[in-house]
Amino acid sequence: MDRIPILKLGDALLVTIQVDMHDRLATALEEDLTNRIVKHKAHGVLIDISALEIVDSFIGRMLDNIAAVSRVLDADTVVVGMRPAVAITLVELGLSLAGVRTALNVERGMELIRLRHGAAERDVDVDNAS
Amino acid sequence: MSTTPPDTLPIRTSDDVVFVRQQVRLRAVQAGLGLVDQTKIVTAASELARNTLDYGGGGTVTLSSIDDNGRRGVRLVFEDQGPGIPDIPLALQDGYTTGNGLGLGLSGAKRLSNEFRIESALGGGTRVMIARWK
Repeated sequence: MDRIPILKLGDALLVTIQVDMHDRLATALEEDLTNRIVKHKAHGVLIDISALEIVDSFIGRMLDNIAAVSRVLDADTVVVGMRPAVAITLVELGLSLAGVRTALNVERGMELIRLRHGAAERDVDVDNAS
Repeated sequence: MSTTPPDTLPIRTSDDVVFVRQQVRLRAVQAGLGLVDQTKIVTAASELARNTLDYGGGGTVTLSSIDDNGRRGVRLVFEDQGPGIPDIPLALQDGYTTGNGLGLGLSGAKRLSNEFRIESALGGGTRVMIARWK
């Protein structure tokens, strides 16, 4: 069965969605991500959707699910790279992605994750003091 | 100027939903729709195709290129022979679902279209027409 690759990027995980998601692929991704979050003690999950031409309610629900499960495991989910036309359509469709943080690109998404966990761990992690 | 003849596609598997999206995108480009309008009609088509599959037990979509005195657009008609929708106003409410979705498919598709018409009979299937003009 096909699986979406998950890359480790610092203390975050990076997923790039480039194919049309099917139900089983979405379920497999959710499972793989939760396992990898625990295995790598990841603080964040970056989901790059810059290749997606549309986000419908099926994809929206998958993103919400991933964010909810990640949060329970103390990892932030940041969706990055959404195309402007997709953003406009998503809002009109009625999807708010309330539980999902967004950033324009992977760099900014990484910053968001570092900021949040840097603030929480400033006392123990001197590298983040600057 | 030639207009592509109507095309009826099956919606039996989730691969079919992907193919429908691609064909709707082609029609929308041919009709001269801008990128945002293309994205809206393709997203609406994706929602309705998934409804046809999940709630209607599969069906078809008919794609037409439309032209009203030079104003062009795309019309899609989704048909299934499923159980039908007992209460259409309720089904059109945001967040209402009988499945495990978000309940945005029908209401969202309506918002993303310039024209929207739904007909359904209990036991007699469902027919949803949407159109998006340039």
